[in-house]
This record gives sequence, C-alpha cells and structure tokens, in this order.
Amino acid sequence: MNKPLRRIAIFCGLLVLTLLIRDNWLQYVKADDLATDDKNRRVNIARYATPRGDIIVGGKAITGSVENTSGDFKYKRTWKDGAMWAPVTGYSSQAFGANQLEALEDGILTGNDDRLFFRNTLDMITGKKKEGGSVVTTLNAAAQKAAYEGLGNNKGAVAALDPATGKILALVSTPSYDPSKFAGNTDDDAKAWNAVQKKNDRDDPMLNRALRETYPPGSTFKVVTAAAALENGKVSGIDDKTDSPLPYQLPDSRTELKNEGNIPCENATLRIALRYSCNTVFAKLSDSVGNEKMIEQAEKFGFNNKKLDTPVRAAQSVYPEDNRPQNAMDGIGQASNTATPLQMAMVASAVANDGKLMQPYMVDQLRASNLDVIETTQPKQFSQAVSSETAQKLQQMMETVVKEGTGTKAQIDGVTVGGKTGTAQHGLNNSEKPYAWFISYAKLSDGSSPVAVAVVVEDGAANRDDITGGGLAAPIAKAVMEAVIGTKK
Amino acid sequence: MSSTTNTPTHHTSTIGSIGAPSRRNTELALLVFAVVIPVFAYANVGLALNEQVPSGLLSYGLGLGLLAGVAHLVVRKFAPYADPLLLPLATLLNGLGLVAIWRLDQSKLLQRIHQAGTAAPRQLLYTALGIALFIVVLIFLKDHRVLQRYTYISMVGALFLLLLPLVPGLGQNIYGAKIWISVAGFSIQPGEFAKIVLAIFFAGYLMVKRDALALASRRVLGVYLPRGRDLGPIIVVWAISILILVFETDLGTSLLFFGMFVIMLYVATERTSWIFFGLLMSSVGAVGVASIEPHVKMRVQAWLDPMHEYALSQQGVPGHSEQAMQALWAFGSGGTLGTGWGQGHSELIKFAANSDFILATFGEELGLAGLMALLLIYGLIVERGVRTALAARDPFGKLLAIGLSGAFALQVFVVAGGVMGLIPLTGMTMPFLAYGGSSVIANWALIGILLRISDTARRPAPAPATNPDAEMTQVVRPS
Repeated sequence: MNKPLRRIAIFCGLLVLTLLIRDNWLQYVKADDLATDDKNRRVNIARYATPRGDIIVGGKAITGSVENTSGDFKYKRTWKDGAMWAPVTGYSSQAFGANQLEALEDGILTGNDDRLFFRNTLDMITGKKKEGGSVVTTLNAAAQKAAYEGLGNNKGAVAALDPATGKILALVSTPSYDPSKFAGNTDDDAKAWNAVQKKNDRDDPMLNRALRETYPPGSTFKVVTAAAALENGKVSGIDDKTDSPLPYQLPDSRTELKNEGNIPCENATLRIALRYSCNTVFAKLSDSVGNEKMIEQAEKFGFNNKKLDTPVRAAQSVYPEDNRPQNAMDGIGQASNTATPLQMAMVASAVANDGKLMQPYMVDQLRASNLDVIETTQPKQFSQAVSSETAQKLQQMMETVVKEGTGTKAQIDGVTVGGKTGTAQHGLNNSEKPYAWFISYAKLSDGSSPVAVAVVVEDGAANRDDITGGGLAAPIAKAVMEAVIGTKK
Repeated sequence: MSSTTNTPTHHTSTIGSIGAPSRRNTELALLVFAVVIPVFAYANVGLALNEQVPSGLLSYGLGLGLLAGVAHLVVRKFAPYADPLLLPLATLLNGLGLVAIWRLDQSKLLQRIHQAGTAAPRQLLYTALGIALFIVVLIFLKDHRVLQRYTYISMVGALFLLLLPLVPGLGQNIYGAKIWISVAGFSIQPGEFAKIVLAIFFAGYLMVKRDALALASRRVLGVYLPRGRDLGPIIVVWAISILILVFETDLGTSLLFFGMFVIMLYVATERTSWIFFGLLMSSVGAVGVASIEPHVKMRVQAWLDPMHEYALSQQGVPGHSEQAMQALWAFGSGGTLGTGWGQGHSELIKFAANSDFILATFGEELGLAGLMALLLIYGLIVERGVRTALAARDPFGKLLAIGLSGAFALQVFVVAGGVMGLIPLTGMTMPFLAYGGSSVIANWALIGILLRISDTARRPAPAPATNPDAEMTQVVRPS
C-alpha cells in the first residue's frame, strides 16, 4: 500500500503547490492592480487617513480638514467660503470624488506624490505621520471677494489675470455651490450633492462658468477684430476714417446689419467705432481681413485651443471657419464665435501687456508639509498676440471707451482704465436676455498694468435695455481692479 | 541465532519502529513556540489598533498555554510515541486563528453588521471543547483498530450527519449553501464530523473489499476495469456526493467526500484506474450539476467574473455577494509583506470575514510571506498525516490515516482555492483558523485519531524479548 501512499503524498504536495502559486499570482503579480483598483475601498480609506493638505490664497489656507466621527474615512475636507472658492478649488468628496485643483493636485494634497516619496520614506523611518503638502495659488483674495460680491445674485462669471505674468487673480462663477456640504459620504452629503446637480437645479451651480462655459463674446470681441485689422494693415491709423457704410449689407447676403441706437458709425474711425461699439464697422473689417486671418489672430489670443490648462483645463473658445456673412458676424462676437470669460480676460491682458500674452496659471507653488517648495511655476509666454505698436493703439482705443464711451462706469480715480463693453445676443432669434460683458485692464501711473479682467453677467433681472456691458458688468470689473490695486499698495 | 532473524522486515517504511525515541520533548519545545507566536501576534494586534498591549493578553496566553500543556501531558501519558509535530502545528494554527478572530472582533464595521465582537471568547471555548474531545479520543481510543468494528454503524452515522441539513426546520440556508443545522441557537456543520465518520467507514469497508476490488478486473485498452458489481460502491458514493451537491448546493463538501473516497480506494486497491474513474465521474458530476442547478451555476459565474458579481451586489441584486471580490482586493492590498496585524481592512468582506474568508485577513495583514508560511503549515500537517499512514502497520490504520489527511488536504485546497479565486467558493472553512465550533472540535478529534495511529505505528514492538546475541550479531554483521 505504500506506493499509492507516496503518490497521494505527491498529490497533496501538488495541491499545496497550486495554492502557493495562486497566492504568488494574487499577492505578487496582481498585487498592484488589486491594491490600486479604484473600486477597492482601501484606496479611499488611505486617501482620507491623513488630513489633506491645504490650498492657500495670499498666505492663508482656504481649505481645512476635520476628523470624522463615524465611518472608515478618517478625515473630511472643509472649505472656508466654499461657494466663493469652488471655481478655484473644486470639490473633494469621499463619496463623489474630486475635480479641479483638488483632483489635479491630489498627489501633493494627500502626500502621495512621487516627488514626496523620499520625504515620506524618511518620515516613515523617523516615525512621523504622513502629511499632505500644500498648493499655493496665485489668486488674490480681495479681488475674488470683490468679484463674488459684485456678481451677487446674478448668474455670471469673472476672470482676472495679472497681464505681466499670467497669474490668475480671480476666478468666480455664480451661482456657486459649497463643496463642504457633500465632502463626506453620508446620506446628507448625497442629498446635498443631488441638490446641486444640473438635473435638479436649472442654474447648474456646479458649472465653473469662468473656465468651462463659453458665451458669445459680443462686442468685446471687437478688440480682437480691431487687432486683426491693424495687424493686417486694413486700417493704418486709429483715427483715420474707415470706409464703412451704414447700414452695412453682409457680403453674399441680403441681411442688413445695423447698430444699437443712433450712433455715428458711418465711415467712423477705429477709435470712434470702438467707443460707440459700431457693429457695421467691425463686421466689415472682419470681412476685409477674411476668415483665415481672423482665425489666425483669434488663435494668437488663445482661441481654438483645446488644451488651455491653468492647470484646470478651460473649455475651448472657438473662432470658427465660416463663410463670408458668418465671418462678418463672428467679427462682432456673434454667430458661432464663442469664448470663455478666461479667454476674454486673456484678450484684455495681452493688450495691457503690450501684445505679449502670458500663459494663465493659478498654481504658484507646490509645497511639502514642512513648507519646502517642491515646484514653482514660472511665468511663460503664450504668444505674441499683436505687435507692441498695435497693442498701444488698442490701449488708446480701449482707454477712450472708458473715458468717454460705453464703459464710463469702470473709471477709477488716478488710474488709467481701458475696457470694452459687450452685449451678446443669444437664443433663437435673440429672444433670450442678452449676456452683458465687460473686459478691461488697469494701468498705474508708472505704466505697469497689474490686472486685466473679464466679466460676464448672464441675465440680470433688469429689463433688456439695462443689460448692457456698461451697466451691469463694468462696475464689477471696476471693483475687482480696485481690489487688486488696493493690495498692490 | 542466525542472522536471518535480523532481516529488517519492519524497515520497509521510512520511520523506524524499533527503539524510536518518543520525541515528546521535541513536541514540548515546539509547543512553546506554538503558544508564544500567537501571544506576540495578539499583542501586535492590540498595539496596532489601540496602541497598547491588549488587557486580555495574560489570560489569553495562559488559556492557550494551559490547553496546549494539558494536551501535551495527555499525549505524553497516553500516546507517548505519537508524531511530535501534529499537536504543535494544530495549536499554532488554532492560536493564530483566535488572534485573527479577535482582531476582526475589534472592527467597528463588523460590530455594526452583526452581533460580532464576541467571536473570539466563543472560539476559545470551542477550542477548549475541541481539545477536550482530542483528550477523550487519546484516552479512550486505546487502539485505532477498535474503530474497525464500527464500519457499518459509521456508514449509517455518516449518512445521517450528511442528511441532517436537509431536515426541514433544522437545516439552515446560509448564503445559498445548506450545510448547517441549527440546534438551540448554535449553528453546527455536520459535514465536519461526517468527514471523520466517513473516513472510518471507508477504511473499514475497503480493508475488507480491497482484494476483490483490486484483483477481479479486466484489462481493456491498458486500463483495469473493475467488474460491474465491484463498481457498485463507488457509484453509490458518487451518487451521494452528487445529491449533496444538488440538495445542499455546496461544491466543496461534495468534492471533499468524493475525493476522499477516491484517494482511499486508490490506496486500498493500488489501481490507478480508480483515479481515472474518480476524476472522470467527479468532473461529469460537477459540470452536469453546475449547468443545471441555479445556485451552483451562480457560484461558478461569480468565480469566473468576480468583478461583475461585485457590481451586481453593489446594485443590490439579491443573491449576489461582494465577498469574492473583496477577498481578492484584500489579498492584493496585502502584497508581499502585508500591512501588519490589525492594519488591513479585511473587515470590508463583511459577512463571514472571520470564518470562510479568514484567510483573506491573513493574506492582507501578513502578506504573501505570511500566507505562504501558513499554507506550508497546512502542508506540513498533511505530510505528517501521510507519514503516519506510511508508518502504520495495519491496512485499516493506513487507510484511515490517509483518508483523514487526504480529506484535510482537500479541504484546505477547496477553501483556500475558493477564497483566492482559484476555484468556485464553497461554504467550508479553513481547519483551525476559521471561526466555528464544528470545525474546530471535529479537526481536533481528527488530529487525535492521527496521533493515536502514529503512536501505534511508532510504538516499539512489544514482541521479541531483547536478545543480547542478536545485538552482538548485528554489530559484527558485515556491511
């Protein structure tokens, strides 16, 4: 009987060997896949096991962490003025994931980033608990507050940039949401989350309008058309008369384009046309520049860029390929021309910075938990949008708009302000309330320009005539510019 | 005396039987480790979870040490030549199991889900009962051959135990498998006891019938085919295991019993053809039932795609369980070295985390290294069992020992393979590690019987009176 016994012994040995091989497969070969599977709850347990690092504005944290009393996720994210900062930070929820900076800089905030590996290993040896690093933003708290309060109960967005560096100074979207309300994973969090979803709230508070919503830019786009006309030699001087009929019949079309109100647009100079916001003049200019060159100029300002990362990616602003009549309409910021508030702030910023467009960014530094700087973002030129001569001409024109044109409400004592209003039609047959736009920059007495801003107000409760860029949007832009100048002093 | 009397007739086996040392001191030394290792593990869990040595450390250590000590003394007195490894290995597994159960008791999540939190003290009680049964076996079973007398009573008893879960009102359906009964608030798995009783029946039956089964056969195509009437028993056992599969819907139990029978049949008859038949019949049976019986079918599908099963369970589709996927995640998250005691999250398996799925806790917290060590301990127990079978001098003892160790090996394979996703899940549990009274008590009895057989096998033959001449002849014998 011993021979079969020995064989059975071998068989039993094989059974154990099979288990050992399977174990090696699971715990060695497949271990990483299983351990980092995003459905594996341990991933989130580890993620919330230590207090999350903070997002910092002007030296102060705008986020925090509280210890959970129940559940297996130890720490929960909190925000100070969550609704105001949500367009910057995004949310980080135990139940619903994260977005924007909270998601993009998650590695630093949780302390899991590869660049922190050495530090973490050292901490492990010395027995120190792992801590998240912090993200220092470029934002300006005063400007953000001015913009948020300026928009008030209106639906809209503000984007403000530092023209010389591209630093994002303000990024506001209203109505907004408080990410603190659904940072956990309880039923209350789920309720709060559901309440702000688009399907349950028509105002879509989760939408980051400053970065992720595109609007027809309306008359604010005339700055770009003017730039294209000057750069392509269609107009020699800003005070030379243009050949502009009134009304202007769109090319290849019977549609006659008119202006809003009775304004002196016939053969108006560029400066006058911008001051009064003449549709006829700029539509004709757009046509004479041509679709191809218009696209080229728009792209130099940042249009048609699918990957505009701040690092949060902005939606693509589009200057489309179009036929002649449509191109003429695109030239006054209508038809299929769409832009994000950030895009229009970039236009104002490029003009203010003598034609040099800086890449917009909002993360200044990444820091380890012991405040060591891991990475600093260096300002980077995005493009030379226009020549410096053209930029100066555009500045003169935009300053005229604020001094004596449609943008007088943006005037600031002792500061030169250049701007452009816009009232963009939208909806079927322009039936809906138009969007009120205002883009501007401020120039100090020393010639430096600390801020460029774009404001869009979707539909004020006011009647149609009142919703003009000059009326609704300009005061908000003014408040933001004042806030930035105030912090400079 | 001539040198012919010295022909080493007893030395066909690997273990010498004459003058073998008792090895009881080896056992004692190993037992010290088997108690100290779990005590350290226990302290480790406490330090990891609460940053302090658990208050029960002393009583736990003393309890386990006392149980092991008493067991050792009984072995020393009643089975002095028994295998020295089996008791320490079983004690170590039992002790580590207690630690893991206590560790899971501390999980707030599990406390919220069921009445848990008190499983470890209960398991300690079961361990005490198990060791008591172990002692009873060693004291009252003076010679394992006595069991031979109860061959047919064992058959009736085994059938009774196997059918118990099907009795209405008594049987319990836990996650689809009907292998439990409920008596006075206790859940009992009769299959664990049936395993032993059935091994006794098979050993007795096959010892009597082995010649008929082995010799009366025809050779067809190079394979020995048994006569039709000799096929009877294997077909009956096969039919019963299929019935178990159909009515109790547990692949593991069915596989265990049929596999044990095939192993014993093969050893008894030395005919390889039985293995061939066994494999054929079990695969036909398993595939057949799996394609017809809905619950078994579902288990197979859950095994093939645990992720889909997880998704279904998350959607709240009844009858689906996240356990399989959760166990895989636990293993994967443990990685090579594990998270360390108390620092994993195997409580996410929720239901049966401390019984059927306890291996996942070991996998996660002790890692690949720890789990491989654990599997090797099981392998070692099986190896000692097979060695006992080899050393046994009577066919009944050989058959019983190989039956018990074979069943033990199959159970370890079926359960560990199930939890690790190698084969479909079953409702059986890891011997000694898992929470559950039936399992602990039955397996201690199993170890008791193996110790008894090995004691009989290694005990110096009482027969030939020592003859100084014989020794002399041995010394001068040319090599």
